[in-house]
Amino acid sequence: MSTHVDERSAERTRPPRGGDRAQYGVCAFLALLGTAVIVDGLGIPHITSSTDPVGPRAVPVILGVLLLVVAALYAVDVARGGRGEPEAGEDVDLSTGSDWRTVLLLVGAFVVNAVLIEQLGWVISGTLLFWGTAFALGNRHYVRSLLIAVALSLTTFYAFAIGLGVNLPAGVLQGIL
Amino acid sequence: MDNLNNLMQGFADVLAPMNLLLALIGVVIGTAVGVLPGIGPAMTVALLLPVTYGMEPVQAFIMFAGIFYGGMYGGSTTSILLNTPGESSSVVTAIEGNKMAKAGRAAQALATAAIGSFVAGTIGTLLLVLVTPVVVDFAVSLGAPDYFALMLLSFIAVTSVLGSSRIRGLISLLLGLTIGLVGIDAVSGQQRLTLGIPQLADGIDVVVVAVGIFAVGEALWVAAHLRRRPAEVIPVGRPWMGQKDWKRSWKPWLRGTAFGFPFGALPAGGAEIPTFLSYATEKRLTKHPEEFGKGAIEGVAGPEAANNASAAGTLVPMLAIGLPTNATAAVMLAAFQSYGIQPGPLLFEREASLVWVLIASLFIGNLLLLLLNLPLAPAWAKLLQIPRPYLYAGILFFASMGAYAVNAQPLDLFLLLVLGILGFAMRRFGLPVLPLIVGVILGPRAELQGRRSLQLSGGELSGLVGGPVSYAVYTTIALVLVWPLVRKFAVRPLRERSA
Repeated sequence: MSTHVDERSAERTRPPRGGDRAQYGVCAFLALLGTAVIVDGLGIPHITSSTDPVGPRAVPVILGVLLLVVAALYAVDVARGGRGEPEAGEDVDLSTGSDWRTVLLLVGAFVVNAVLIEQLGWVISGTLLFWGTAFALGNRHYVRSLLIAVALSLTTFYAFAIGLGVNLPAGVLQGIL
Repeated sequence: MDNLNNLMQGFADVLAPMNLLLALIGVVIGTAVGVLPGIGPAMTVALLLPVTYGMEPVQAFIMFAGIFYGGMYGGSTTSILLNTPGESSSVVTAIEGNKMAKAGRAAQALATAAIGSFVAGTIGTLLLVLVTPVVVDFAVSLGAPDYFALMLLSFIAVTSVLGSSRIRGLISLLLGLTIGLVGIDAVSGQQRLTLGIPQLADGIDVVVVAVGIFAVGEALWVAAHLRRRPAEVIPVGRPWMGQKDWKRSWKPWLRGTAFGFPFGALPAGGAEIPTFLSYATEKRLTKHPEEFGKGAIEGVAGPEAANNASAAGTLVPMLAIGLPTNATAAVMLAAFQSYGIQPGPLLFEREASLVWVLIASLFIGNLLLLLLNLPLAPAWAKLLQIPRPYLYAGILFFASMGAYAVNAQPLDLFLLLVLGILGFAMRRFGLPVLPLIVGVILGPRAELQGRRSLQLSGGELSGLVGGPVSYAVYTTIALVLVWPLVRKFAVRPLRERSA
């Protein structure tokens, strides 16, 4: 949802660059996705009936072809110098490069939660998630963030799982909470 | 009169103490979350959807109405105090609003935004009550080909009218349609794109998609570019307006409402065009042209009213036809679907009490918002100073909780991450997000309607063109598609010649 106003201001603050080559990666991704959708679509048994003369195959195949067409059009657009403006925002500073270390740490904390949530339960995995992501984002008040994390997980568990009947696992703390 | 009775019944339901409390909670958390930097109204609604999972639909929608308007208002507070709008619809508010705040008139800017939102929201909701039944009467007569055509129009509108690059909008739409394809085909029962994973047979939940693209994508994107020095927040006292401010505000509010509602109600509308139109109009009509660009109150009052009226307007096609025209309406539609309720003309017959409760809650929520926001503005402003690590950790925390709560399966968390990375990439490459969400929601329904149309014609493509409505819609689509070419080859050369 980048906007005209943002775009212009972003352009001014950003150092001018040559063509954005990474966009070809997007073209490749779209082409691959299109191929995969077509292959998957052709693998579906072609079942038609009087109530459904089209069958389940047509739409995936059309969509796959469209993806391939768009990948090609996008490549042309990129070759002619087109590029999309990266989204600006309150906390976004586009004048420096991407901070991949932070992103990877975030993804790590996220995966830890996804893997552990069933066994350990939301209270523990959620605490790890909050503490880990806050750490990744540069928080260095280890104890304070741990307290906030525990408080948040406990509050959400009691309020949502027990109070409102939302599905959150208790995990190893089953019977204690 | 029948509708009036229904509406009164709706009010009676909302005014029960428990329901009133829910409306209040909805408004408070909607505003609180909406104020947080980086969180626009659509993301607010998506993040807060899980809160309502355990509730009865009626209660859930009462709360939702509060969250909806609360999130909208929270977004304008952020853009006035921080100059960085969360959604494109509040860009215009930020232009003059932030200038006013910098000139020490933050209190007046917030006041005119709050009261303007209230005025526009109330008139907009009133128009919603009047217009929706008419649209429903019209929509009842629509057949499958008409619906198919309308959905195509929606696709074309979100990709080429809104947003700056058509090819990028199209990419986003196709990605959304592909995500929508995953799961068992509703007609033939065949699995598509499920990769043999049984949990994918039911498809990818729209809530997971919305939270992944909006919340996780945003958190990852910000993490990669986190401003180490937090943005400057302008301190604010209690919002108030002097007599002169009232005098300068009331006409822009009404004009903004007049711009906002019709655009919101159109299948190809949105809030960007009316807010810009309102700004341009106020700039032309003002008696204080020297203040524009330096913080003119008309420039906040008009666009903010247009924004809110357009939000009320988007509920017309959303409720009456089941067509979402902006991201917030798309997420609201997902909320309906998660309760097994399908918006459309039949909604008013089958779920009449629910709809009227929702509409009554919109009125109540709007009023509560005004009562709350005037005294609470300084507290909201404090939320802007939350340390960023905690803020984005919190977003990821609630996003994970919400996505897991949908189906109670860890797979959804991995899907959420994949979608978050997709959201990150879309922000990196400047691909708009709205077409993707609309594609996910409308894609499967468009396919269903398309196949139904062809069933009637026995597979002949002519089945896609039914009654006069589909002709009109296809003509509109053609115009939308041809217009840029016309502008390029006819209008621009003409203008250059005359210049």
